[in-house]
Amino acid sequence: MEKKEEKREVEMISAKEIRDKYLRHDMMPHIFCTGCGIGNVLDYTLWALEKEGLDMDKTVFLSGIGCSSRLPGYIDVDSLHTTHGRALAFATGVKITNPELNVIVFTGDGDCMGIGGNHFIHACRRNIDITVIAVNNYIYGMTGGQVAPTTPEGDYATTAPYGNLEPAFDMSEMAISSGATYVARWGVKRPNQPINSIQEALQNKGMSFVEMMSPCTTAYSRQNRMGSIEEFWDWYDNKTILAEDHERIKQYGSEEEKEELKDKIKVGVLHKEEKKSLSERIQELIEEVQV
Amino acid sequence: MGEQKGLTIQGNMATALGAKLSRPDVIPAYPITPSTLFPEKISEYIADGELDASMIRVESEHSAMSACIGASAVGARTCTASASQGIALMHEMLFIAAGMRLPIVMAVGNRAMSAPINIWADHQDTMASRDSGWMQFYAEKNQEGLDLMILAFRIAEDERVLLPAMVGIDGFVLTHTVEGVQAPAQEDVDEFLPPYDPPHGKLDPEEPMTFGSLGTPEYYQELKYDQTKAMDNTPEIIDEIFDEFEEKFGRNYNRITPYRCEDADIILLTMGSMTGTARAAVDEMREEGEKVGLAKLTVFRPFPSDLLKEIAGDVHGLAVVDRNISPGFGGAVFAECAGAFINEKKSPLMKNFIVGLGGREIFKKNFREMYEKTKKAVETGKVEKPVEWINMDEDVMR
Repeated sequence: MEKKEEKREVEMISAKEIRDKYLRHDMMPHIFCTGCGIGNVLDYTLWALEKEGLDMDKTVFLSGIGCSSRLPGYIDVDSLHTTHGRALAFATGVKITNPELNVIVFTGDGDCMGIGGNHFIHACRRNIDITVIAVNNYIYGMTGGQVAPTTPEGDYATTAPYGNLEPAFDMSEMAISSGATYVARWGVKRPNQPINSIQEALQNKGMSFVEMMSPCTTAYSRQNRMGSIEEFWDWYDNKTILAEDHERIKQYGSEEEKEELKDKIKVGVLHKEEKKSLSERIQELIEEVQV
Repeated sequence: MGEQKGLTIQGNMATALGAKLSRPDVIPAYPITPSTLFPEKISEYIADGELDASMIRVESEHSAMSACIGASAVGARTCTASASQGIALMHEMLFIAAGMRLPIVMAVGNRAMSAPINIWADHQDTMASRDSGWMQFYAEKNQEGLDLMILAFRIAEDERVLLPAMVGIDGFVLTHTVEGVQAPAQEDVDEFLPPYDPPHGKLDPEEPMTFGSLGTPEYYQELKYDQTKAMDNTPEIIDEIFDEFEEKFGRNYNRITPYRCEDADIILLTMGSMTGTARAAVDEMREEGEKVGLAKLTVFRPFPSDLLKEIAGDVHGLAVVDRNISPGFGGAVFAECAGAFINEKKSPLMKNFIVGLGGREIFKKNFREMYEKTKKAVETGKVEKPVEWINMDEDVMR
């Protein structure tokens, strides 16, 4: 019952109030291109913060390098803007030093899975209690559209003018297999599911990873002919399938349906498990060895 | 000799063209502003069949330089491009490339170092790799970027040298600025730069050898001595190859190039793209009767102490202009210049000016101010403040 009341309260707050409460207005206008989804990711995050009622005086945002890593600069809260790929290593330092802080990292596919891949798998392995919101646009967007480790095979990039030859990483699968305890993936087109997932990620005591598939209309769409901005945004509906539906078709679907699955990207809450976080383990050890 | 082709291109395209004409075999690269257009252009050359090479799309600059070392050790002509944090991430590998005596060439879009994050022109990134054992060349304009790439391969691969080299072009001021260049004909570059054939062995299953294994205290210092000696021998070789280049392509390069220095009382020493502005300022001041000259530093490593003493040994004042800062001392070029005159009975009064950090504009009036300040020091015979920051927010300086 309590939860419902909380929810109603949230619904009464307006988008303008959210903006006034959380954003640094002197940082506007933002850098994002027309049709980019990163602003939406920020919006969903702010709504999740509001719903969760997180104390902004006990919250730190971190980021590395890339378009998505600009986000902490727009939020009126303590933040560390670090180097390419290293935000998770910095975040580990922040969280271990002061476990009371809520630590949220914005990252991108190139930042997190490319140059920062090592820090990513180790943060997952340690199950450090932080929330990672990764904007996946399948390309190095800020530097102008070079091939990334997430670029699908055959896709075009400025450094792959005749198509990408290398297989791509699935960031969410990587998070799951490396030990993250909450993993969700959503397209950026619809707000409710991502907002709920980011809120659940904030609640999870451990490494939470929310992958937001988001269009790079400038660097990716142009080279891969994704059509108009509207068409590209629709792609996130047409190309994705809910994890539950995916599972159902895999078990009970017709051959035709199973064939279609091959081209689909699974979205939803992909993984959830209860496991002690690194901070908890450290705390337990301290209590155990204290005389 | 083939005809040179006039092109109007950005600095990154010029260094990429210089690389392409040099026929590299392997190019591992990772995107970073402002040098990203280099690997993009190389990808295009390869995809269009204009360059027969392998490009490795690595996952970080650390991997880029690691892959360069691997490729070069196998005997491939290898190059890459980077900037700022990218070069910092390569730092560990830079020393290894030099220690293994691998003639890798890197095109740099010189850019400031974080924090705070800044993507604009600054020499801090390459100055921080000063002691890595790489030769360092700096271009004033896109033409020099193109030529220096070819020259860098030729010098680096010379059997008497065998050291890696970086070619710096200033971020945005050159990397993204369109200028006219003359592109040498391929057959002439081929003649000037024969295919790379490692003279002292490579990774070859027929003749197995090891690179970079443990150098115990019994050997390490001698190996470093040999490596340093190779660098110490390069000035003569660089001069020789610069001369040969001029003969073939008609463009003159020097480790330091003097301009209106013959009867100068005071010389401004600059590096990189700021030199053009400084030259215009010197011309203006000359018209007004001031006895001022300009010295352009093209080769920073090995540092041309010999030429500097020839050019500036008899002047009253030397104004060293640094687009970098070594906190706790001053500019890195200033330190080298001061070092060059150590043990000399006669030395000019030296002032150091820190300018243009993180892409701050450098105007003609700034060079005039530097000249005036140096002139005052010469007149009074006193250098009150050896290091001064120019074109600053006055509120901060109060």
